[in-house]
Order: sequence, then structure tokens, then C-alpha cells
Amino acid sequence: MTSANPPHDAGRAGLGRFAQRHPGLVGMPLFLLLFLAVTVAIHPSYSSFDAQSLAMGAMPLALAAAAQTVVVISGGIDLSVGSMIAVTNVLAAATMEHANFGQAVLLSVLVLAIGAAMGAANGLIVVYSRVPDVVVTLTTGFIWSGVALLILEKPGGGAPDRFLSLGAGTFATPWISGALILLIASVAIIWIPVQRSRLGLLLYAIGSDKAAAFRSGVNVERTRFLAYVLGGLFSAVGGIGLIMTTGIGSPLAGVYYTLSGLAAAVLGGVSLSGGRGGMVGPVVAAYVLTLIPTDLIFLNIDPNFGQVIQGTLIVLVVMAGGLVALLRARKR
Amino acid sequence: MSAPEILLAVNGLAKRFGAVVALRDASLELRAGEVQALMGANGAGKSTLVKILTGVFGADGGEITIRGRACRFRSPAEARDAGLVSVYQDPALVPDLTVAQNLRLARAPLDAARQWLTELGIADPDVGAFVRDLPFQTLRLIDLARALASDPSILLIDEITASLPADLSARIFAIVRHWRERGRGVIFISHRMAEVSVLCDRATVLRDGVTVGATETARGSEERIVELMLGYEVARAAADTAPTPGQPYGDAVPALEVNHLRAGRLLQDVSFALHPGEVLGIAALDGQGQEELFDCIAGVRDRDGGEIHSHGALRRFRHPADAIRAGIVLVPANRLQAMLPQRSIRENVALPSYGPLSRWGPIAMRRERGRVENAIRRLQVDTRAESELRRLSGGNQQKVMIARWLASAFKILLCFDPTRGIDIGTKRQIYALLRELAAAGSAVLLFTSELPEIRLACDRVIVLFGGRVVREMSAAEADEATLLRAAHGLVARREDAA
Amino acid sequence: MNAPAQSIRPHGPSAISLGSRFGAMLRRHTIGALILLLLAFVAGIEVARPGTVTPIWISNILLFAAPLGILAAGQTLVMLAGGIDLSVASVATASAYLMATHSSQGGSAAVLWGLGVGLLVGAVNGLGIAVLRVQPLVMTLGTGLMTEGTLIVYSQKLMASAPRVPSFIQSLGSGKVLGGVPIDLFAWIPLGFLVLIGLPRTGLGRLIYAVGDNREACELAGVRVWQVLFADYIMCGLFAAVAGLVIVGGTNAADMSLADVYLLPSVAAAIIGGTSIFGGRGGYAGSVVGALILTVLNSLLTLLDAPEPIRQILYGAIILLLAAAYTRLTD
Repeated sequence: MTSANPPHDAGRAGLGRFAQRHPGLVGMPLFLLLFLAVTVAIHPSYSSFDAQSLAMGAMPLALAAAAQTVVVISGGIDLSVGSMIAVTNVLAAATMEHANFGQAVLLSVLVLAIGAAMGAANGLIVVYSRVPDVVVTLTTGFIWSGVALLILEKPGGGAPDRFLSLGAGTFATPWISGALILLIASVAIIWIPVQRSRLGLLLYAIGSDKAAAFRSGVNVERTRFLAYVLGGLFSAVGGIGLIMTTGIGSPLAGVYYTLSGLAAAVLGGVSLSGGRGGMVGPVVAAYVLTLIPTDLIFLNIDPNFGQVIQGTLIVLVVMAGGLVALLRARKR
Repeated sequence: MSAPEILLAVNGLAKRFGAVVALRDASLELRAGEVQALMGANGAGKSTLVKILTGVFGADGGEITIRGRACRFRSPAEARDAGLVSVYQDPALVPDLTVAQNLRLARAPLDAARQWLTELGIADPDVGAFVRDLPFQTLRLIDLARALASDPSILLIDEITASLPADLSARIFAIVRHWRERGRGVIFISHRMAEVSVLCDRATVLRDGVTVGATETARGSEERIVELMLGYEVARAAADTAPTPGQPYGDAVPALEVNHLRAGRLLQDVSFALHPGEVLGIAALDGQGQEELFDCIAGVRDRDGGEIHSHGALRRFRHPADAIRAGIVLVPANRLQAMLPQRSIRENVALPSYGPLSRWGPIAMRRERGRVENAIRRLQVDTRAESELRRLSGGNQQKVMIARWLASAFKILLCFDPTRGIDIGTKRQIYALLRELAAAGSAVLLFTSELPEIRLACDRVIVLFGGRVVREMSAAEADEATLLRAAHGLVARREDAA
Repeated sequence: MNAPAQSIRPHGPSAISLGSRFGAMLRRHTIGALILLLLAFVAGIEVARPGTVTPIWISNILLFAAPLGILAAGQTLVMLAGGIDLSVASVATASAYLMATHSSQGGSAAVLWGLGVGLLVGAVNGLGIAVLRVQPLVMTLGTGLMTEGTLIVYSQKLMASAPRVPSFIQSLGSGKVLGGVPIDLFAWIPLGFLVLIGLPRTGLGRLIYAVGDNREACELAGVRVWQVLFADYIMCGLFAAVAGLVIVGGTNAADMSLADVYLLPSVAAAIIGGTSIFGGRGGYAGSVVGALILTVLNSLLTLLDAPEPIRQILYGAIILLLAAAYTRLTD
């Protein structure tokens, strides 16, 4: 949690420097492998079906984490991610229920646009109201979840089967599910071009030091705004992913995805003070967080412990990070 | 030969922040091929002027023209596009990006920047290194190289030579001259009169947000500039402070005794004794271990070796609170480190008294008011105790930081460069206060980066070089040339050989 | 949460107009401005539904405002020190639930169980934030999840002794005496008074402001910052626990999402009341008025008879507007 992987490294050193600069790329995947190994050990009949349900369960959370990650890298925070997922999710569920596949695809484009628009609203309010981002997004999250309830009073709606099978189906082997492919594809399609472009540089720059970035000629406000737009877009993908994996719209999904998405971002090595972190860590962390309750079921433990463990994990990871920093400071 | 083109003209610029007027009527004119000094006491409005010129703030009134064309910049990017780039005291580099990324951020070409870095003495810059891992001095040079690489027609340099070693300053001067020869304009902000008279063609002087004059900077003009900066009477009064001769201490128990102190990379082996009633000066170039020395004595960090005694007892401080309990207090270099900007002067001054757990209870408000007002009166902080500290000028803020310790009892005062970036009038007041404290029996350890001023305040001086004491002398011997030579380690080696 | 060192927004030309003079007046008397706003809301209600504003209505507003006011006291304390506590809602719920499930052990034991939760979570928050320097947002998010999760597990293990809210807690949360004075004011007023007086007039209060304004300066001045923050988060946890007791006394049913709706208002009351989320500036008087404004607003929305989602949207939008207006005014 102490190093970064901004884009375009002119890095020229060995594996050590790589690991140090990209903790998300090394630490979290290793951790996931360890978890998977433990899972297979305690549950030797781990099957492709289990792998598929893991991918389906983790996908919306991974996208919530991705949404949070973009905003946090830019030095902000978005506590409305879950509510935006809920809005886009119920919007898709309400409109697609009686649609055919083609219409459903078109509708999802519309839903993506609405997600980006909600993100844009967050961004505009944060930039122009000068109210701290925590307060703005805590409040807009409250508003968006009202909107979600307005669209769909209780869980319901649906989408054409063929559309749902994009997420629930499998490709090539039963081990590779649509949810996994969709997750990787959507994150890659949105994030890689951003990261490669000047915008990626600007996001990291304003997250690291707004004043220095401004004096270096960066349009800080526009960049902050765009970070929130990207957050809204990722949330919308998450909302569509949620209907693909559950088949219905859930207006009350908000709180879970906001908190767990933030947790995954933090566990994935994104520094809440901005400017540091990457996309791989948070996405993989979402898988770990999804795997925990599953493992508890395999161990015959109350899966409600999942939330306890999730909370404990966050607390322990950040406290360990603090402890390391403290010891290092003592030693210096 | 026709008169050189006027690159930049500023006319009647005004700017207020809430109730504080930062600029009232600032004007200046910069010709092509000219290096112009922008001078003024603290709070005169230099920084505000620079920030308006580079688009950090908008102005409330007045106009800026570049090559005769009226401009109004809304951001540093717009100023840069118009050919106006500035280099600040604190480099505008983003810590979590690499050097190369920082260059791209400001759209500065990498090759040109590399070339300028080479000229500044960084032959093979590691542009893949993160800015946060690089030393502060290097960052200043990178910031300068980045500004030069975008090839501005007007370069603004704000206090860049402060605490840079002499050879680097010389390199920077060479580049500034080169810029002049190419027919560009440079605005140079500095507190150092010597630099200004060597480097600059003219000086524009600001006082209280108003341009009070522009003058040639030929030799002998220093007095004139000081008068402009301070107003005539203040300048006269400031020149009156005379050094006080030191007195012998014999076998008295020192207030502070440091033996073979070692900490971090820089502080190797320092020993000295400081007596009650004495002001001991420390002279050193940047990074000779003086920061570690002060931090160890004040309990900000732990030492790696050696001993600290105060009033005859061996001490080990794990927290500034331990040092304060032993009567040792620190005024740090950067007042931003020590002040509570949003709180009142009263709360700032009273802060140390609430540290101990036993003082968390109800406050005796009347007694506190008395103590605070006494302290700020003694320092002539010219404002009411209720005002927020951030609304005060830098000099007044620094006075409050000292007043904080006057209001609580102390025996040993550590002052780390207390006058950095402060105008001459306040400086003299602070030195006079240090003398007064010593006369009343306190011991004072003073580091200052401005060598000529050591004689004004100190009884005795030790010079640090490479983390060791290389020279000790009385204030009478401590003229600038001797100090400077010792600070470069020259004297010590000659003495060793002898 | 990192505040830029200075406002980097370019400042436009400012005219000294009537508007800005009014603004300056409001800046000097922010509490006055807030009270005016509160009265305006009350007047709005009376205009929209004449005859609504009666002594009974006022007494009900105070009754409902008290738990929010107590929660906001803790939130204000941590925000002044530059933090935030997202675990207050979970702590309040857990406190209420534990109290209710231990009611068979007698009233004071039950209350102690509730307060114990606040103390424990507050101490864990304090440990992480004060000692290990974890960002408050993440730390309290994590402890909130932990508390809530533990509570769910606990509630399922505990089918036998169903939660029961003791009668004295019921009267604390919903009772009135002396012809309409809500009993919960007898919890709120002394606690509120302590915070109101304690912040400017005790050493700890001064240190809370100081730590929020500049942590490093406090260390240099000999303040052991961790002690201040530790005490601060423990106080916040205790306030949340007390608020949970008052809330459950009002609803008379301890369920798992009892206090969730109070999280946003607890932060919003402090923000509207002028406490900076970056620390060092503000006070509890503003939060009290903020809590009253939010309660009146809730009552207004209830009167409008709008469906729940619409109410939620309006409530959020108005909070945002108030926060924005306030930020503009005092910037």
C-alpha cells in the first residue's frame, strides 16, 4: 500500500523494482492464488460451476472497485458508486424485461450513458459547489438510491435470456465464464485507452498533488470531473453486469457495492490519498472478497461471518500498512 | 539603436483576499534582454504579483500586456501558452509521477529538458525516477529545466537560490545571463541584495502592494533599494542594532551539552556546550546535519549515537513533549509546520500548555488571556489576539511562533533559521529578542542560513561541515568570508595539516 | 481526503455589492444565519399546512432531533480533528441491540452493554486512526462492516432470548414530561452542553481543534496527538452508543438496520452547521441547529405526503443545496 503504478513508467530495473512499483500486480494476484488453493484444499470437489459462480459474484463488485479506483486515483472519493450501480441495474431490469436481444443491447448503451451522466453530475457538483467530495457523494448516493427505488420499488424486472447468457454462460471451457470475459473486456476497453492517453497522466497528477499539477498547467477541475464521469461509467457497467449475473434488478444493492467496492480498492493497493495504485489490484481484490463467504460455506461456518471477515480484513490490512510505516519511521 | 522592445507591462494591478489587500497598485515594465529584480519586504505583494502573472489567481483590477497585447490568464497553462513561465520557491512537481511524466505534464520537450539539466550539472538525469524519491535541490533544478525547456519569452524565478550551494547558484546565474543574451526577459525575485546587484539590470520595488520605484542595480544602489523597501526611517533604525560582545563562562554547568551526537546519514559526530545566557550560532551549508542536530535535541527524532545532557542530566527524548518538559523548545524553519492557520493567535500561543494529559481539563480563561497578551506584546505582534493566524503576514506569524514559547517557561531555545524569508525589520526585532532572552539567562541555539547575520545575534559560532564541527569561533571573528570558507570545510583541513 | 494546500480556483473580480455585504454579515454571524434558515423552514411548513406548528409539533421535533443531535456531537468532534466516523450508524444499532438482548440482566447492566459497544468500537477506531495513522474513512468503514457483521452473526446465534426494549429506555426515546417536554432532551441537553462548553474551554477541546488544523504543529508543541485522537474517537463511539439507545427507545424494536438512516444526517448536520470536514474549524452550536434543520426538513417532507423515494431524493437534494450555499458563503 505504499507504492504506485502510474502509467508510462520509464522503469528500467529488475523484478524488485517492478514489484515495489506495482504491488497491485504482484501482491493481490498471489493472494488470490493462495485463496484459491485454500478453497480447493478445503473443498476438493471445486468444480467449474464453482468457478463460474465466483466469476459471476465478483463481476459487479470488481466493477464497483474499478469505479472507485478511478476516482480515488484522482484524489477524490465516490460514496455513490453502489447507488449508481443500483440505478443502472434497475433501469436495465425495468426496460429490458420485455425487450428482445437487440433492443436489450441498445438499451444497455443507453444505460451506460445514464451512468456516465450520473457520474458527470457528481463531478459537476464536486467541482462547482466546493463542498467536500465525501459529503457530495454521500448525499448524491442517497439521492441515487431514491431514484433506484422510484424506478423499481422492490427487486424485480428482468432481461432476455440471450442477453443474460452473456454473463451467465461460458466460453470454450466451462471454467471460463462470460462474466469473467465481460469484466476483463470492459475494464480493458475503458481503462487501457484512458491510462495510455494524457488523461491517465492527468488523473494521477491531480491525485498526487493538485496544487503542483495546477501550476504545471493541468486543468484540475476538468480532470476531476472526468474522473467522476469514468466512475459513473464503470458503475453503469457494474449495474448491467449485476442484471446479467442475477437476472433481476435490485434497487437496494447500493450500500453493499459502495462499501465493498471501496474495500476492494483499498485492499488492491490504491492509496486513499490519491495518485497511487492501479486497476488490477482492486479487480483481483474483488475476487478475494467474493471468495471469502464461499469458503466459509465450504467450511460449514455461518457465511454471515463474511462481512465480519471483510471488515476485519480491511482494518487489518490498513493497520498493518500503518504499522509498517510507523516502524520504518522509527528506524529512520 | 532603438530602445529594446517592451516584453511585459503591468499596470495598476490590484488584488484583495477577503479583507486583506495583497496588491494595491503594482506596476512594472520588462524589456527584451533584461533581467529585472522584483524586490520588497515580506507581505509587499511579490508572490501575489507573480501568481497573477502566471494565472494562478485572477486580478481584481489593472492590466497586463505582453508585447503590447492585453492579456488575462485564467490558468498557468494559458500563461505558458503566452510564453510566460515561472519557477517557484517550492517546485511545482507532482511527487507520485516520474520526472519524465512531470515533463509531459507541462508539455515540456524531454530532449530540451535533458540538455538544460546537463547545463545545470545533472549530466545523466534518471527521468524514470519518481519525483518523491529525489532530493529537494534536484527538484528545483528539474523545475527550472522544465521551465526553460518550454522556451518561454518571459521567465519568472521566485527565490530559487535560497539554500542552494554557491556553485549551483552560479550555474543558475549563467543560465539567466544566457537567457538575457537571447533577448528574453527574466523577472528575478530574491531577498539577497548581493545576488541582485550582480545579476540584475534593474529592480522594481514593491511596498504594501504598491510599486514604489524602479531603479538601476549598479553597485552602491543597495541602500537605495533598502530604503525603498522599508521606507526611509525604518531602514535607518534597522541599521542601528549592534553586535554584543561575548562573555566567558568558566566552569559553570552548561545548559546544554552535546557529545559525539550521531543521527541519520548526515549528522556524524557533533559535540558542543551551550551556556545559560549565551547565544550559540551554527553556520553550515544545506544538509550538513544541522537539521538532524536540532531534531535530536528537540525530541523530534531519536539519535543513533552520542549523548545529550541538559543542566547536568543525561537526556533521551522520544517525543518533543519530553524535550519541552526538560525546558528545551524549538522554533522550526518552516512556520507552516508549527502554526495552526485557522485558529486564533491566542490558541496558537497557548497550544503547548495543553499538551500534558493533566491539562486537558477546564481552562482558566482569564489567566490564559493575560499570559498570551503579555507574550504578543513583548514581540510587538501588531494585531488582536482573536484574529486567525493565516490572516497575518509571514513575519507576524513567525513572531507568534516565538511568542508561543515565551508564554510557557523554557530554559533552552532552539531557533532553526527563524528569519528565513522574513523582511529586514522583523529580522532585527527577532535578533534583538534573542539577545534579550539570553541576557535574562536563557540559552539560545541559533542556526541561520544567512551568514552575515550571525554576528548580529550570536556570542559564539560553530561551523558544521559533513556532519562534524569543523570550526569554533567568537562572533567577533565570524565575518562572512571566514564563515563561508569554514562552511565549505576549507579551514578545517588546513588546521588539521598544521 | 486531501485538501489542496490552498484554493486553486482562480478568483473572479469581486464587486462590493449589497449581496456581498449581506454575505459578509452572514459570515460573521453564521449561527444567526442558520437559525434564520431554521425559522424559514418552520414558517414554510406553517404556510404550506396552516395550523401545523403547535407546541406539540415543536415538542415532537425536539424529540426526533435529540438522537441525531447526540450522534452529530460525536461526528462533530471527530470532524473537527480532521476525521470522519462512518461507523456511527453500526455502533448505534449494535448498542441498541445489545442493550435490548441484555435487558433481562437489569436496566443498568443492559445500558452498560450498549455503551460498551461504543467504547470498544471507538477504541478500535482510535487505535487504527490515532496510533497507526490509518485514514479515518477506511478505518471506520472497516470497523462499521465488522460491527454490523458481528451483530448479524450474533443475532442469529441468539434466537432464544429475543430482544426486548426496557420500559425506561422506551420512555427515554419517546416519552414526554411536564406537559410535552421530551424526555430524551434530558440526555441531549447535558451531553450537548458538555460539548458546547468543552470545545472552546477545555484543554482537550482546544487540542481537538489544533490537531484538526495542523497535526505536525501539535507534535512539535509537545502534544501527543495520538492521545487526543484516541480520546476523540472513543467519545464519538460513546455518543453513537447513547444515540442508539435513544433511537431504539423511540422505535421500540431493535432491528439490524435501526440507525442506518442516521449516517448521512449525522455528517450533514455538522457540515450544514459549518464544521469543516478537513478539521480545525466549526463547532457544536452549528451542528445542533443543523440537526434541527434536518429534522424540520424531514417533517416537512412527511407533511407533503410524497412517496418514500421522492422524499429521499428531495431530502438529499436540499442537504446538498444547503451544504453548497454554506460553503460558498463561508469560503
